[in-house]
Amino acid sequence: MLQFKKISGTWFFFIFIVTLYLLLFFVNPNLCISSLVFFRQILIKIIPIFLLVWFLMVIANYFITPKFVFKYFDKKSANKWFFAIIGGILSEGPIYIWYPLLADLKKKGLDYGFIACFLYNRAIKLPILPAAIYYFGWKYILILAIIMIMASIGQGIIINRIIKE
Amino acid sequence: MRKAIIKATESLGKALPLILGTILFVSLLTTVVPESFYTRFFNKNIVFDSFIGSIIGSISAGTPIISYILGGEMLKQGISLIAITTFLVTWVTVGFIQIPAESITLGRKFAIWRNLSAFFLSIIVAFTTVLILNIV
Repeated sequence: MLQFKKISGTWFFFIFIVTLYLLLFFVNPNLCISSLVFFRQILIKIIPIFLLVWFLMVIANYFITPKFVFKYFDKKSANKWFFAIIGGILSEGPIYIWYPLLADLKKKGLDYGFIACFLYNRAIKLPILPAAIYYFGWKYILILAIIMIMASIGQGIIINRIIKE
Repeated sequence: MRKAIIKATESLGKALPLILGTILFVSLLTTVVPESFYTRFFNKNIVFDSFIGSIIGSISAGTPIISYILGGEMLKQGISLIAITTFLVTWVTVGFIQIPAESITLGRKFAIWRNLSAFFLSIIVAFTTVLILNIV
């Protein structure tokens, strides 16, 4: 029982998904293999991003102390939103790869509203602009991006009001 | 610096099973759900379609470029731009599949409120975007 308690929630989730794959292998081996091939493709793509996130976390741990976070993100200025918006737009890779870094920043005193703002702005991605403009036109994409940036600040304010600590 | 490296490695190491588990889950869903799956749920009613667009976007996963390609194809099939916009916005801003991972790392209350507010905001964003697009 003591050993069972030592297993964290993250490992339970991983074991659950692996079990799902094992069951799928017996039910539909082709589907299981196709999914694993897709998994391998994603994994190869995210390894460089994973390294980038690790590097950013090292930098964050070295430079960003709770004092630093309070200095830049607790002031009543537009800068805090600006950092969250630019950070969200420039961040790459899947959303879940950023959770550890954001959790780390949260521990250092960053408000939930800025984390929400950062995550919302991840929808605006510079590398996908060519395809997005091809399908929807530059006017639509420009308007959508501006509205989404405004919505991200709105969401941040809502989250800050709901989750008061 | 050594402390910073150890701390960063430990933090990512703890998140590794979660990241791998989520990628495995996303891979399974992407393989099981065919592209044509998305278009059969819309019925030309803007309000209804915007909700459907939000729901499909929320439960879908993958890189944003896939959502733009799918959205572009949906547009060709006559689905409203408002519904497609909610689909595009929720694809990235709402992560139904990622809620367990988000809850564990950032807290359950934050994960639920963030996803819920992003879901409803997507509808406001879609209506505002299309309204301005029609005016400009």
